[in-house]
Amino acid sequence: MAELRDRIEAALKGHRADYIEVRVEEAEGSRIIYRGRDLEDIGRTTTLGGCVRAMVKGGWGFVSFNTPTGLRDKVALAVRQARLASSEAIQLAPVEPIVDIVPPFIGKVNPLDVPLPRKKALLDEYNEIVWSTPGVTTSIMGYSDSQRRIAFATSEGAYIEQHKVDVSFRLSAMARADSDVQQAAISIGSNGDFTVVQGIQAQVKEVAERAVALLKAPYAKGGEHTVVLDPILAGVFTHEAFGHLSESDFLYEHEEMKKIMALGRKFGPPMLNIVDGAAVPGLRGSFKYDDEGAPSTKTYLIKEGYLVGRLHSRETAGKMKESATGNARALDFRFPPIVRMTNTYIEQGKVSFNDMISDIKLGVYARNWYGGMTSMEQFTFSAGEAYMIRNGKVAEMLRPVMLSGNVFATLEHVEAVGNDLHMNQGGGCGKGGQIPLPVSDGSPHIRIGNLLVGGK
Amino acid sequence: MLEGLLEKAKRVAEQAEVFHVSQKETPVIFEANRLKLLQSRETERIILRLVKDGRVGVSSTNNLNDQDGLLQRTLEVAPYGAEARFTLPGRVEYSSVDGYDPAVEKVTIEEMVQLGQSMIDRVRREHDGLQCEARVTRAVATVSIMNSNGCAVSYIKSVCAMALEGNRVRENDMLFVGDHEVSPHPILDHRRLTDTVLQQLEYARETAPAPSGPVPVVFSHDAVAQVFEPSLAMALNGKTVLQGASPLVDKLGQKIFDQGLTLWDDPMYPDCAGSRICDDEGMPSQRIMLVDHGVPKQFLYDLQTAGLARTRSTGSADRGMGNVPSPALGVLIVEPGGTPYQDMLADIPDGLLVEGLLGAGQTNVVGGDFSGNVLLGYKIEKGRIVGRVKNTVVAGNMYQVLKQGLALSRERKWVGGALLTPAFCCQGVSVSTKG
Repeated sequence: MAELRDRIEAALKGHRADYIEVRVEEAEGSRIIYRGRDLEDIGRTTTLGGCVRAMVKGGWGFVSFNTPTGLRDKVALAVRQARLASSEAIQLAPVEPIVDIVPPFIGKVNPLDVPLPRKKALLDEYNEIVWSTPGVTTSIMGYSDSQRRIAFATSEGAYIEQHKVDVSFRLSAMARADSDVQQAAISIGSNGDFTVVQGIQAQVKEVAERAVALLKAPYAKGGEHTVVLDPILAGVFTHEAFGHLSESDFLYEHEEMKKIMALGRKFGPPMLNIVDGAAVPGLRGSFKYDDEGAPSTKTYLIKEGYLVGRLHSRETAGKMKESATGNARALDFRFPPIVRMTNTYIEQGKVSFNDMISDIKLGVYARNWYGGMTSMEQFTFSAGEAYMIRNGKVAEMLRPVMLSGNVFATLEHVEAVGNDLHMNQGGGCGKGGQIPLPVSDGSPHIRIGNLLVGGK
Repeated sequence: MLEGLLEKAKRVAEQAEVFHVSQKETPVIFEANRLKLLQSRETERIILRLVKDGRVGVSSTNNLNDQDGLLQRTLEVAPYGAEARFTLPGRVEYSSVDGYDPAVEKVTIEEMVQLGQSMIDRVRREHDGLQCEARVTRAVATVSIMNSNGCAVSYIKSVCAMALEGNRVRENDMLFVGDHEVSPHPILDHRRLTDTVLQQLEYARETAPAPSGPVPVVFSHDAVAQVFEPSLAMALNGKTVLQGASPLVDKLGQKIFDQGLTLWDDPMYPDCAGSRICDDEGMPSQRIMLVDHGVPKQFLYDLQTAGLARTRSTGSADRGMGNVPSPALGVLIVEPGGTPYQDMLADIPDGLLVEGLLGAGQTNVVGGDFSGNVLLGYKIEKGRIVGRVKNTVVAGNMYQVLKQGLALSRERKWVGGALLTPAFCCQGVSVSTKG
């Protein structure tokens, strides 16, 4: 891409702006979707495009395009827009202008090397398992993979090429009895290893059987419960309830929010440690540089119960006089980078699962995830599976439950952190219309007192 | 330019179709009460679908110069594709639909900046602690569809949109208010939008304890979009029906909902940003009665789903973000009720008005379950709004709460560009609260 580099660098020269960056991206992907017994969509997509972002006195201009010709004019347009939006000068947090070419992380098998018929044969096998399960009404199964090559350059002299590979698989099985429809789902992903979607026959079977079993399960009783979350759901909780609150674009120009998120504030018990970081290797949210060319980091957000850090773009870090954390990410060339999570998790604690539930007389064990959302203070996330806990034992299955709460109160109510950290790679995060961004989240089992469970 | 692609595809396939959409969008974005970012976004998508040896192959690109590559990739996937159960439409006469206003392209950036800033200034004049984000957008899209059976259609759509979100933080208390407006014409005035936001701020001035247990709940127009529309859209989707997953399978002609509920899908509705002359397969748009006084009448189909279900396309094909069309609602029109909105509230001794739910779409949507944390909602006491509720979850099932005792407001509102609805008042909705 040497010729591309020359073209981008030439286009960047000689504009009157405080900062300019250019991204040019080439992507290809394949997708296979089954709906019910039948294959619904098998296809390939290729994309080519780019964008320019410019800053003049705190105002930003952003131009995205499909054809990277006439790049210089596009830069000029972004600069003109930035000037229109300008007000007072700001300082971006300093980042050394890096020149680097990053090869893709590839696991045991590169998904792009697997021929389409083999991917289809694998899905056929899983679909057969779903459909041999008595009582399944229908199912949706989707596989997709993509490879992106992104060239990035700034007016400060950075030039970075990164290659990213992503794989995801999702299965949702449904069972219906008259107008009662229940579903169970599983989602799996990786940042470059096809083998994660292989050999999951047992999980597929379990999902299909669970959808059928849910038709007979009772609803949870709505109200406050002691709730134990499995690593997957606790990971979603960490992402939704706390991670989004750590994204500094909600704070940096908001005096009241800054007071709430003051570093040093106590958020939870001493055994609670929460981390985010793309520098944690091999996960779906891992990368070497973010979309502003800042090196990835591992950032402690909560250490021993106290707030110690947050996630930044160069702008939010500059404004808050902190360091860039490598969390500015763009879904693709159609979007400007914004502050996002990468791999977010609660660190391993000491309590075994059995000890965690042994003294719960009546509680809820919530597993697996269905979704989650936050409004900063209040959050909701829904479990894919739920069971009653009775006298220290996991008891009958419930209909899936939605858990909801206030982040400040809930983190204080974390009563135990387990010794079984597991990362979930099946998620995609949405913010500002940029969805689904590959992220991972995780946790050991955790126990939370007085959590609000939606129910009948 | 794409005629050449169609010609080449025709020579190697039994049927071929080229779908092309290009869009230019100019969003103006305000953060922390002031102008932050001007954008200019161009997007393009070409989807090639062909039928070869009876099987469907589909691929897409955004690169107009890669037409040969697109054809080659499509041919590559076709042998693994679904069995084709459709015949693409031939030459069709379309009714005209008013979804394009050339004045939209003449709206200047300066006017958009001015509109956004005055919208923020107006609400902040009375509530200076409010932190506002806003967005004003204009966009024009061109959609073209042509196929080997002679269909060739192209139309332009214009959209103007504005949205305001306000956030007030006090200690550990956060309040979110907001509203949005979408139109195929230039939006020049923000008064209706800012009136709504000011009203929300007024209602939320005090905090009130939420009612608990089954109570009457009024779902505002926006809450209807969050809580009921996704489940209705799935249940009425021919594909969900074909799969046997819709709770409405075998229920056409039976009384399922309150008799006050009448729904249309009308993609030709005048002055609506979601209007279109045809669906994404070139089938003409139709006005379809979906639910008549509580009785489901018709499901929505695209060509392939209709073929599998042995029925006819309703002109409901939608490509959304995928390449293969799927049936989808065009423009959902809910018939209004007879009760003025204010009277609907006045009739409630103890209940809740919900404007926004967090996580509404995260439960079993196809089964009609809803469950969400009240992001913005107020306690109603003896017919009056007495304050905002917090830490409250509303849960239920659409098929139960819309079954009977449903009241619909006389006033309707556009939510996004594709839903026109009254507010819903439902009886006996489960409310759980904390503290």
